[in-house]
Amino acid sequence: MEHSRPGVSPSQGPEPVQPAAGHAGDVARAANGDAQAYRRVYEAHVGRIHSLARRMIGPDLADEATQDVFVRAWQKLSSFRGESAFGTWLYRLAINLLLSRRAQLAKLRGREVSDDELVALQPDRPRPGDLSLDFETAISGLPEGARQVFVMHDIEGYKHEEIGAMLGVTTGTSKAQLHRARMLLRRVLSKG
Amino acid sequence: MSEAIEHPELELSSYLDGELDSGARGRLEAHLESCGACSALLAELRGLVTRAQALEDRAPAADLWGGIEARIAAPAVASPLVLHPVARARAMALRFSFSFPQLAAAAMFVALLSGGTVWWMGRSLLQGASSSAGTVPGSSASSGASGTSDASDASTADFEIRQYDRAVADLQRVLDENRSRLDPETVKAVESNLAVIDSAILQARKALMADPANPYLTGHLADQMKRKIRLLQRTSDAVTADFSGSNS
Repeated sequence: MEHSRPGVSPSQGPEPVQPAAGHAGDVARAANGDAQAYRRVYEAHVGRIHSLARRMIGPDLADEATQDVFVRAWQKLSSFRGESAFGTWLYRLAINLLLSRRAQLAKLRGREVSDDELVALQPDRPRPGDLSLDFETAISGLPEGARQVFVMHDIEGYKHEEIGAMLGVTTGTSKAQLHRARMLLRRVLSKG
Repeated sequence: MSEAIEHPELELSSYLDGELDSGARGRLEAHLESCGACSALLAELRGLVTRAQALEDRAPAADLWGGIEARIAAPAVASPLVLHPVARARAMALRFSFSFPQLAAAAMFVALLSGGTVWWMGRSLLQGASSSAGTVPGSSASSGASGTSDASDASTADFEIRQYDRAVADLQRVLDENRSRLDPETVKAVESNLAVIDSAILQARKALMADPANPYLTGHLADQMKRKIRLLQRTSDAVTADFSGSNS
C-alpha cells in the first residue's frame, strides 16, 4: 500500500529526517513516509494511547479516537522536532484531540446524572479477581468533568494548573472536580 | 479544633496532594488527630490514589492498525484499497462484467442525504431502536406515525430509510462477493472501520432515543450513516474500477 508522506504536501518537501536506530529510528523513518516503521511506532504506543482514550472518553469511542490520534500524528510527524520524547509529543497530541471532543460528547451523552443517581447505576458487587477492570469501569462511569480531571491528575500526573489550562477551568474547579471524582469512586467501589 | 474546620473533606484531597500551606496543614492535622471519620476517609482516598497510579495500560481488544493504514494511504492513489496481486492476476484472466444500477442508486442516495432528509430519518430510526446498528427498520416509521399530522412526511422518511437499507445492503453485497479478490489487509481495514462506524451509529441512536428533538444528534447520526455508505461505496468503486481497467 502506498502512503502519503506524513504532514507534508508534495510541493513542500522539507529536509528528510535522518533515520536513527531503534524506536527513534522508526519515528524518523515514519516521518519520511515509511508506513511499516509507523506501524512499529503504533505498536509501541497504542496501549498507552488507547488506555488514555478509554479513560477520558469511554470505551465505546476509544477505538475510533485512538485511530484518529495516530492518523493525526502521522499528518503532523514532520512538525516533531525531537525536543521532547516522541511518546510525550504523541501523548500531548492525544490529550488535545480527546479534549476537543468534550463538547460533542457532552451533547451525545445528554444530561449529567446526579452523584446519587450515578452511584446507584453502578454494579453492586465488584467481580472477584478483576479489581483493575472494576476500577476502570468505575472511572468510566464518572461524570465527564470529574473523570477528565481524575484521569489527568491521579493517573497521568498533571498538576491542577496544567489541567486548568487545558480544560479552560480555574485551578479551584479542577481541585473540586478531583475531589468529587475521588468521593464518587470511593462510594461506587465500596458498594455491595 | 474540630469546630473550626468540621469534616473538611475538600481539604483532605488537597492535603493528600501536598497542596496545603503550612498553616492549613497544621490545622488539618490537628483535626485528624481528633476525628476518626476524617482519618478513615483520608486513608481511603490515599488508597484510591495509589490504585489509580498503579493502573496499567491495556492494548485495544482489536487491532486498529488496519483502519489507520487505510486512512494514511496516499491521496494521490485513486483509492486506498488495493487488490491482492494474486487476485489481480486472476481478475485479468476473467472477462468481468458488472452492472452498476445498485451502485448508482447508492451514490444518488448519498447525494440526497441532506439535512432535512436525515432529520426525518433520525426520528424514524428511534422507532426501530431494537434493530442492529448497521441496518434500519423499513416499516417502523409508517406504522409508528399514527395519529400525527405528519403522515406524508413520515411516509417520506420511511421511503428514505428503505433506500438507506437497500443502499447498505447492495454495497455490502458487492463487498461480500468480491471479498476474495481484495487484499486481506484491505478487507480487514474495511471491516474494522465498519465496526467502528456501526458502534457510532448505535450510540447516536441510543442518544437520540433519550433526546429525540436534538438536531446535533440527528446530524451526528446522519454523518455516521453517510460515512458507512461512503466507505462501502469506496470499497465497491475500488473493485469495479480495477475490473473495468482489466477489461479495457
